Amino acid sequence: MDEFKKIKTIPTPLDRVNVDTDQIVPKQFLKLIQKSGFGKYLFFNWRYDENENPKKNFILNDKKYRNSKILVTGDNFGCGSSREHAVWALKDYGFLVIIAPSFADIFYSNCFKNGILPITLEEKIVKKLQNELGEIEVDLENQILKTDNQQFSFEINSHKKKILLEGLDEISQTLQFKDDILEFEKKSKIPSVL
Amino acid sequence: MGKTLFEKIWDAHVVVEKEDGPSLIYVDRHLVHEVTSPQAFEGLRMNNRSVRRPDLTIATMDHNVPTNDRSLPILDQISKIQIQTLEKNCKDFGIQLFDINSPNQGIVHVIGPQLGITLPGSTIVCGDSHTSTHGAFGSLAFGIGTSEVEHVLALQTLWLEKPTSFEIKVEGKRKNIHAVTAKDIILSIIKNIGTAGGTGTIIEYTGEGISDLSMEERMTICNMSIEAGARAGLVAPDEKTFDYLRNRKYTPKNYESLIGDWRENLKSDSDAKFSKSYTLNIDNIAPQVSWGTNPGMTCDVTDSVPNPEDYSKGDQNQKQAAEKALEYMNLKPDTPITEIKIDRVFIGSCTNARLDDLIEASKVIKGQKVSDKVRAMVVPGSQMVKKQAEEMGIDKIFINANFEWREAGCSMCLGMNPDVLSPGERCASTSNRNFEGRQGVGGRTHLVSPVMAAAAAINGHFVDVRNLDLN
Repeated sequence: MDEFKKIKTIPTPLDRVNVDTDQIVPKQFLKLIQKSGFGKYLFFNWRYDENENPKKNFILNDKKYRNSKILVTGDNFGCGSSREHAVWALKDYGFLVIIAPSFADIFYSNCFKNGILPITLEEKIVKKLQNELGEIEVDLENQILKTDNQQFSFEINSHKKKILLEGLDEISQTLQFKDDILEFEKKSKIPSVL
Repeated sequence: MGKTLFEKIWDAHVVVEKEDGPSLIYVDRHLVHEVTSPQAFEGLRMNNRSVRRPDLTIATMDHNVPTNDRSLPILDQISKIQIQTLEKNCKDFGIQLFDINSPNQGIVHVIGPQLGITLPGSTIVCGDSHTSTHGAFGSLAFGIGTSEVEHVLALQTLWLEKPTSFEIKVEGKRKNIHAVTAKDIILSIIKNIGTAGGTGTIIEYTGEGISDLSMEERMTICNMSIEAGARAGLVAPDEKTFDYLRNRKYTPKNYESLIGDWRENLKSDSDAKFSKSYTLNIDNIAPQVSWGTNPGMTCDVTDSVPNPEDYSKGDQNQKQAAEKALEYMNLKPDTPITEIKIDRVFIGSCTNARLDDLIEASKVIKGQKVSDKVRAMVVPGSQMVKKQAEEMGIDKIFINANFEWREAGCSMCLGMNPDVLSPGERCASTSNRNFEGRQGVGGRTHLVSPVMAAAAAINGHFVDVRNLDLN
């Protein structure tokens, strides 16, 4: 996984609450067996009409936002299915930061496995950022968001921060606890399935 | 201070504890299906890793399998590749697979308990959010992403921040247990606490209203915990639990010797502290029908479609969401729910496609015909459920009423296989999610219980099943 660097782009405002993973990447695209190439399916049913032409009123179809890496959205983002395809689609499209008042648990955890930083902020700050016309700088190291004239700090668990900053592969990290796992297995009372 | 049931199971599975960080938790059972696993196996291959505990891992194909004649080839080439990929992965990594022709094939959350793979006090994960279903047996069971699937395959463990415990007490007694079901209880709960009401928590369902339920009904409740935002739901195991799991195909040989410990320890202590609590009294609850595009947008069958203004109580976000939902659902405020006409009926899914669900639904339709304006289908949750139902003659009741009787799978709950709604079609569905496009692009889903779905199929619109003779 790539190391998470400072990011500075304009934000893409998606002013909706309870955006579920079925909207982020609809089920018809879950049949692929690789992780790449999901960006073109991001918000597919909101982005395209029945003839697959871009819908004019959907924010991602506004060229102004094409290089934005920061999505600013509503409460309970990523609710529903556990599909990591949702995170792969956001990442492949180009988003590296998602700002919302709250996230669904599984989605939140999936973000960190793929180098995406989900930032939880008070709703009134999120609303303010949705209306921000200029660029926002995201500094994970110092846990600060900067606009042209304001700055906001954000909270993040130190372990998760480290994973993103160093781009760590979690399995390699866990391998150092192999003896602990073996020890646990020797004591475990739950029998094998077969 | 005492511990909650969740805390006890958690503590018994901590392999490594870090200060100010996640804990490494051991996984007792890993369930695998075709949609969320291919990238995980590929990750193992690329790093030359093996599956640590194939003996704790079980796979089946459920999400995109066709539910028509299994002797026919799979027409959707991409689905076919995903199914073949799971077959190859299970073969290469030594994992037991119940494939499309196996008598044990079915929705992973239906076959786990049926085969005795689910056990009280165990940790169970699967790359599927409805893994919460298994919590009905007092197991800590939750959905994970594909990266986590890979981690569990490689090291049988997961790094997790410890959630908090949320007690939902269900008090009282339903007056008509055939008309007001477990589905109506859980939809009522989600309606009241909201789709993010359980975020960051593990719900433990307690009270008379839960202990009265059968194991299948408890599974329906725990299944939809994720719809309230909780990663898992739990019910403390009791004699019903122990009886259900006895003598199943994979029930452990030393099962009886495990029960004593479970009976004594798998419950929250009387002085345990929950971080949150909510109480629902079910004496007078009505059958529920969802009207919007998330499971919290639900009302009584006797109600009308709400007005976004009143529903949102002044919250702009809620109001906007309700307006968008009504637009998508093509519903006008104040329309009585019983006047909503439907085009399709789906009885299926990991929420409501077990044997009792089918038996209860069949009582409604016996001797009647599906409305000529409705296309209705039953998709049993597993091939075992299908076979049991057929042995009881339940299939004939459905077929004689003009229901389609299908093979097992997730089917139209998420429409990854050919079973989908056409744009604009309205469906009474026993599944768990009414999200936009979930059952087919432009399709409109109303979540209901199996008896409510069956009655809607006969009448062509929703009816209050409390007015029917269901005994």
